[in-house]
Amino acid sequence: MMGSITGTIYALWLREVTRFLRSKARVLGAGGSPLLWLATFGVGIGSLITISKGTSYLDFIAPGIVGMTLLFSSIFAGVNVIWDKQFGFMKEMLVAPVPRAGIVLGKIAGSTTVSMISALVILVLVIAVGIIPLSQVTAIGVVLAIIMMLMISASFVSLGLIIASLINNIEGFQVIINFLILPVFFLSGALFPMNNVPLWLRGIAAIDPLQYGVDGMRGALIGISTYPVYMDLGIMLAIMAALVLIADIMFRRMQAK
Amino acid sequence: MHGVLTKQTANAIEVKGLTKRFGGFTAVDKISFDVRDGEIFGLLGPNGAGKTTTISMLSTIISQTSGSAHIYGHDAFTEKDAVRASIGIVFQDPSLDDELTGRENLDLHGRLYGMPDRERKEVIGKVLRLVELEDKAGAQVKGYSGGMKRRLEIARGFMHKPKVLFLDEPTIGLDPQTRRRLWDYIHDLNRKEHVTIILTTHYMEEADALCDRIAIIDHGKIIKLDTPDRLKDSLGGDLVRLGVEKRGRARLIASIRKAKISKRIRETDEGIDITVANGGRSLPGIMDAAKATKVHVDYATVKRPTLEDVFINLTGKQIREEAGAAGGLRGLMLRRR
Ligand SMILES: Nc1ncnc2c1ncn2[C@@H]1O[C@H](COP(=O)(O)OP(=O)(O)O)[C@@H](O)[C@H]1O
Ligand SMILES: [Mg+2]
Repeated sequence: MMGSITGTIYALWLREVTRFLRSKARVLGAGGSPLLWLATFGVGIGSLITISKGTSYLDFIAPGIVGMTLLFSSIFAGVNVIWDKQFGFMKEMLVAPVPRAGIVLGKIAGSTTVSMISALVILVLVIAVGIIPLSQVTAIGVVLAIIMMLMISASFVSLGLIIASLINNIEGFQVIINFLILPVFFLSGALFPMNNVPLWLRGIAAIDPLQYGVDGMRGALIGISTYPVYMDLGIMLAIMAALVLIADIMFRRMQAK
Repeated sequence: MHGVLTKQTANAIEVKGLTKRFGGFTAVDKISFDVRDGEIFGLLGPNGAGKTTTISMLSTIISQTSGSAHIYGHDAFTEKDAVRASIGIVFQDPSLDDELTGRENLDLHGRLYGMPDRERKEVIGKVLRLVELEDKAGAQVKGYSGGMKRRLEIARGFMHKPKVLFLDEPTIGLDPQTRRRLWDYIHDLNRKEHVTIILTTHYMEEADALCDRIAIIDHGKIIKLDTPDRLKDSLGGDLVRLGVEKRGRARLIASIRKAKISKRIRETDEGIDITVANGGRSLPGIMDAAKATKVHVDYATVKRPTLEDVFINLTGKQIREEAGAAGGLRGLMLRRR
């Protein structure tokens, strides 16, 4: 008997979601820290600056904080792959008669779902408490923002898997992630607009995938963005496709530890 | 035509000149053997002999350096999917998802092996009953004992009805009682479900209790392959050990020689060792010889040779050396947690 690709993706998706829902610490932890950021940073810095007429700083960073939630929870999906290697479950997947692409796509689908759950909770909260005024939000804007969120998540999950495929221990993974995650976050424009920063910094920021994600979400939700929203969507789509493809290649080459 | 077909199906596994090198180190060195359909075949050897490496090649986890391996006619290196679909495996190290329940682990496995919903549920119920884990099936695996985890892994390894089941050190680090129960499951699987089994072990008793044929492996080479009985017979028979005072020994040895009971007689610290084809049948004759020469025998024991003796005879060393013992202990502690 052979597992089909859809059956494989579903089986591994189900595994990730089951594990997530079972771990109460993860469910709570996923939502807590972004809210803390909003409350402290948003209100604190917000008392000093205004972005433009009608847009408060809190409005401005709300999409950024959703992006941060996605970045952090998605990229750490790689940790699970390293656990799988260390605790041997990776072997169970590698000897299964399933298409190799099913394994990586199942992992991506599962981890993306899990990080979307926390990010959607934040999004709903942000709208519910009026940080992003309901009057400003359109249905199409929400749909576009959710598509954007999915692509951000799938991209960083894939990046996490790529790094995890190269590394066998948690410490090494953590070092690389810590090195990556803060620059990606700060250069994404999540906390401050990128149009006024010096050119050299904009140059570096141009290769930050999260920048297009956050910009697109902001455009879709509160109507201000550096680039046109359709351009953000297109660039995110290309980045996601590339990272998923690389993750697939890396997983094919990976052997159980 | 018919002859060709039966010839193809007679062997479950065919290995020819299989070699694996890690850098300059040869872990598996040109081994060749066949595993017959329906048998329990053992790879017996000390830690580091190359057993796991061999199993990893046969089960498509790693590639070979040279040589070939076929599982029911499928090449393990070029027809990986066909091989994967026809094997089940219990790895030496644990490979369960501890966060999931026992049932969820089996369910995930069934899905990966493309089992339809109804069949999967039925089979899961059946294998859980077989390994007596029905009561615990709803609990997370992290709460299981070492023996329970192993039983779950065995159930998982064979629930998709593989033609061959690989068991890599199935009872490593388990207490003797649990080990014996696992032997029963393995034996039943083979006899009742007709699964061909290839198992590795560094426990002599395990190989002896379970295997139809055994390949003794050391330093990556197969140094002997036969049934447990024939391996033991190869030492030339049973050992009769007599406790005899020093001054009587030479007389007794001469007398036993004269009676043509055995030529292979050795003086030891406590008396004499006599190798005979059948210890029970020779013992009365030996006692007669002692009586005739008026030599007093303090005690007499008859010992069938063990596989340990076979291994010592072949390699000049014991199978469980320091490394082996330490490995076993580590496994024990890991599973005890
Ligand atoms: N991935 C590897 N890289 C280098 N050496 C290895 C690797 N895997 C196994 N070995 C070596 O190959 C030898 C055989 O190992 P193994 O097959 O695990 O033995 P066994 O299972 O009989 O205890 C050992 O000396 C081991 O250190
Ligand atoms: Mg081994």
